Amino acid sequence: MSKPQDIYFFGTCLIDLLYPKAGLAGMQLIQREGVNVIYPQNQACCGQPAFNSGYREQARDVARALFNCFPKDIPLVVPSGSCAGMIKLHWPELFKNKPEETAVKRLADQTYELTQFLTDVLDIKLEDLGQPVKVAIHTSCAARREMQAAEPIEKLVDQLNHVEKLEPHNKEECCGFGGTFAVKQADISGAMVEDKTRYLKDTGAELVLSQDCGCLMNIGGAFEKQGNSPATKHIAEFLWERTHAAD
Amino acid sequence: MQQTEVFSQRINKALANHQARLSLRDTMDRLKLKRLQQFPDKQHLDELRHQAKSIRQKALNHLPDLLEQLEKKLTENGIKVHWAEAPEQANSIIHEILNKAGAKSVVKGKSMVSEEIDMNAYLEQRGIEVIESDLGEFIIQLAHEPPSHIIMPAIHKNARDVAKLFHQHFPELAYTEDVNELTLSARKILRDRFANADAGISGVNFAVAETGTLCLVENEGNGRLSTTTPDIHIAITGIEKVIEKLEDLPPLLNILPKTATGQPVTTYVNMISSPRKAHEKDGPRQVHLVLLDNTRSDIHSSEDFIDTLRCIRCGSCINHCPVYVQVGGHAYGSTYPGPIGTVLEPQRIGLQQMGNLTSACTLCGACAEVCPVQIPLPSLINQLRAESISTQFSDSRISGKGSLRKRSEALAWKLWSVTYAQPWLYGIFRWTATRLRFLAPSRLGGWTKYRTSPKPAAKTLHELARQQGFDNE
Repeated sequence: MSKPQDIYFFGTCLIDLLYPKAGLAGMQLIQREGVNVIYPQNQACCGQPAFNSGYREQARDVARALFNCFPKDIPLVVPSGSCAGMIKLHWPELFKNKPEETAVKRLADQTYELTQFLTDVLDIKLEDLGQPVKVAIHTSCAARREMQAAEPIEKLVDQLNHVEKLEPHNKEECCGFGGTFAVKQADISGAMVEDKTRYLKDTGAELVLSQDCGCLMNIGGAFEKQGNSPATKHIAEFLWERTHAAD
Repeated sequence: MQQTEVFSQRINKALANHQARLSLRDTMDRLKLKRLQQFPDKQHLDELRHQAKSIRQKALNHLPDLLEQLEKKLTENGIKVHWAEAPEQANSIIHEILNKAGAKSVVKGKSMVSEEIDMNAYLEQRGIEVIESDLGEFIIQLAHEPPSHIIMPAIHKNARDVAKLFHQHFPELAYTEDVNELTLSARKILRDRFANADAGISGVNFAVAETGTLCLVENEGNGRLSTTTPDIHIAITGIEKVIEKLEDLPPLLNILPKTATGQPVTTYVNMISSPRKAHEKDGPRQVHLVLLDNTRSDIHSSEDFIDTLRCIRCGSCINHCPVYVQVGGHAYGSTYPGPIGTVLEPQRIGLQQMGNLTSACTLCGACAEVCPVQIPLPSLINQLRAESISTQFSDSRISGKGSLRKRSEALAWKLWSVTYAQPWLYGIFRWTATRLRFLAPSRLGGWTKYRTSPKPAAKTLHELARQQGFDNE
């Protein structure tokens, strides 16, 4: 796909409340490339929490409200692998045999995870203005397996000359978030995030990056509880900070 | 309700066993690496998976016809076919065959279907001794435990555990923790049993309809001995294990060991096509095949769940599951653990009893990524969650639909959906959450046992976007 004139941006409910700077940075990165970013103020959530808990009716109600925010035939960019995956892969299933079916498919076909959009569509070129730093990447499972977007985040970080990228053990393994899983199976989730944080710490990284705020909330929250741990940041915020000349 | 408590207790017990978790982690890491080394080219791997999927799917698409053909061919070959709808029936068929022949001792190759029907207990209660001949199965039989993995049943035991077990059961042997010596001891003990057994029982990996051939893969030679040394061989398998043609076999035999244990081939591939013929000097005089349904035809009838039956029981989904590696197989409390168990057991036994297994999954997709027959395991698990709280979904005949619905949980999701589906209501919610963020709770149940609690930002992205002048439409 060639560079579009306008895109819709779905910030996700987690970013909206907890990590708004990550969402804003994503929008600014796209805007800087000469693409007009539309942020519909009526947006809320993609419905994923209810969908993954088996409450499909409720998921559909919430998904429909979000779907109605995107009437134009333009790409949709989402700074989260799992929310992008929800729209791209699960909305068509959720709206099967519903009046919105065709329109939902059209939207799903042009839904991108943010790093994927920056590399594959915008072919963004980054100039690193930041200080040297050692980072480790945690690719979210949905970015990796649903959106097939494990590579873009690597490519983006590789463009930054002063960033040293370190490889954690079992990088492709889930961090243990899984939405309501972290509450329903709190102890399994806790065991998983203990392993994940240990692998990340063992790299010696100062900062852990991810495309998904669910993973960051889990990993970052565990780091904070453990103390003496790396910082965590959403990839969009990291890229914007390092490539944006201070005003 | 009781099942929830039992499941959570088993999970806690498993998580508390740090030694076992460390050794399981080591083993699973090694298995994942070995598998990966068998498939250096990802695109080629995807082609192999697609081919294997197509073969299995084609067989399922024609299942009734293929089963008829299989029965006809096997009968022509002199193999007696028995049909069993439920476990009790399968057990009684097997018992009757043994009883008629006056068989008192049985050696068994590895068979998950025999675990599914709890065959050993059934036969032992009726005075027939069953000896497990697969080394892993032999070990857990001594320990009186069920398998914790479908292809590595004693994966939860280390050399020391095995040494203690052997010493306890065979005090005449010198105590050793040396794996090779332990294996040799088991070999010696089992040789004797093979020579004296009245009957052998095995599973089946693939049943070829075209030729009436039962294919069995294994590494220890115990499968071959169990199926050739005693006078009677009884094979038992699920009705879904049939494939159409002999030429369908090589692609499956290629991908199965590579994906299961990271081996290029299994040590033994047994092709069983008839009992001993008149001019032959060895082999069993009778060969039987017991074909078990046990809800498989119900699963087959559902468009949503038929994919479950493509499974070739390689165990790869289990090896890659980040939940399994933490809790091990026994925590599931089911015959089949891990992702395939989480999909199969609620369908086989019912959602009321097994539906809770679906809560022990992050939907990370690692299982589906490695499945050699491309079963969409996370989608199926998610759909089972939907079935467990509602009766409105799908065409499936699963029992216990809606049985796990809790009124409080249903109400919470209703409130959630009303809030998030109404822009003005969600507006009030996010304004309140950010403005009153100092009131955000610092303890959130199980979440804050391992992490700090998340804090709302001072301003939402909605506000930042508006302030920065981003278009609204």
